[in-house]
Amino acid sequence: MSKQTKFPMGIDSKKISGELFALTYGALVAELLRDLENPLAVNRQLDKMGYNIGLRLADDLLAKNSQIQRCTDMHQVADVLAKIAVRSYLGVTAQVSNWNSRNDEFSLVLDANPLAEFVEVPPELAQDLRYSQILCGAIRGALEMMHMEVQTFIVQEHSQSVEIRVKFIRILQESVPPGDD
Amino acid sequence: MFIANGKISFTFADLLKMQRVGSGKHGSILDKSLSRGKTEVNFSSFALLFAEMIRYANNRSNTVSDLQDKLLGYGKFVGSRLLDVIVLREKGYRREVKLLNMLMFVKGTIWKNLFNKEADKLERSNDDPCQYLLIEKEPIVNTYISVPKDKGNLNCASFIAGIIEAVLEASNFSCKVSAHWHDGTTYIIQFDRHVIARENALLELTR
Repeated sequence: MSKQTKFPMGIDSKKISGELFALTYGALVAELLRDLENPLAVNRQLDKMGYNIGLRLADDLLAKNSQIQRCTDMHQVADVLAKIAVRSYLGVTAQVSNWNSRNDEFSLVLDANPLAEFVEVPPELAQDLRYSQILCGAIRGALEMMHMEVQTFIVQEHSQSVEIRVKFIRILQESVPPGDD
Repeated sequence: MFIANGKISFTFADLLKMQRVGSGKHGSILDKSLSRGKTEVNFSSFALLFAEMIRYANNRSNTVSDLQDKLLGYGKFVGSRLLDVIVLREKGYRREVKLLNMLMFVKGTIWKNLFNKEADKLERSNDDPCQYLLIEKEPIVNTYISVPKDKGNLNCASFIAGIIEAVLEASNFSCKVSAHWHDGTTYIIQFDRHVIARENALLELTR
């Protein structure tokens, strides 16, 4: 740790090698391809895993970044995603672009894809496999924790960048779990 | 794995035993130069990804040893691909041929590349010349994993054991590596007998 980071020192500012991260993810995708044999099923499983990760990451993010205020519109959400979340968890920067006219849909473009280092997807899979689908799941899961239902999908991905489309669906209301009156 | 003009790349194609055909629009991964490997990722991201992998593997395995084997497999996937990158970067593609240097390379260089620190201790077993112990007080992968009581001997550091095994195997020191709870976590490296015999013959020669 030679670099100055903005995090408070502690276990949380620990970093690991990006290559270990990318290869570990590769091991997972390879295993899923072997197990499920169908790229579309692999996408679904990756999305599910990402969702589980996102549910937990949301807490982690808010706990470590006390400067994040409650977001009142999607522009603020996009800002937090691009400027804080992506930067602190993936170590790359992201741009927000392509807002639609209703301001409820945008693209998050990562300047690099930390998951895809050393990766070349064979052409017969490239059509269907969404290699970085786990990112979509994570964004969906994290925003759900903040009471926002969104749809996410990958527009395009290669090792230099990923473009993720995020579409706001509705605000989730606080609901009492059934049977708890 | 392909090596072309000193550039290395890994693809799923070799994993899936598929013929590599013409590459996509962006040019082949082989045409890019190897990154300097300075990228770092937040540990939380890795920990959560790893936890999901364990959960998945756990759902697909019946016994603890099944699960350990799966984790070992993931580790081997990573290790076999990392070895060339690290050897190329750190040592100008000079490989170690002596056992002790190789083990030091694992304990030092490999660990530094992966976890930014060296492993804690390297020991030779007293009663078995083929056995070496690599000891790590707090393996990074066990940081957030709590093992349920009924899976008492499960150690997620099997993943790292897999990395070590792949690195040693690919360097022509065939062995089996397993992770155990002892002194933190101990990786027991059990070399095949011929590896030790070869090492002893080397020592004889240089004497």
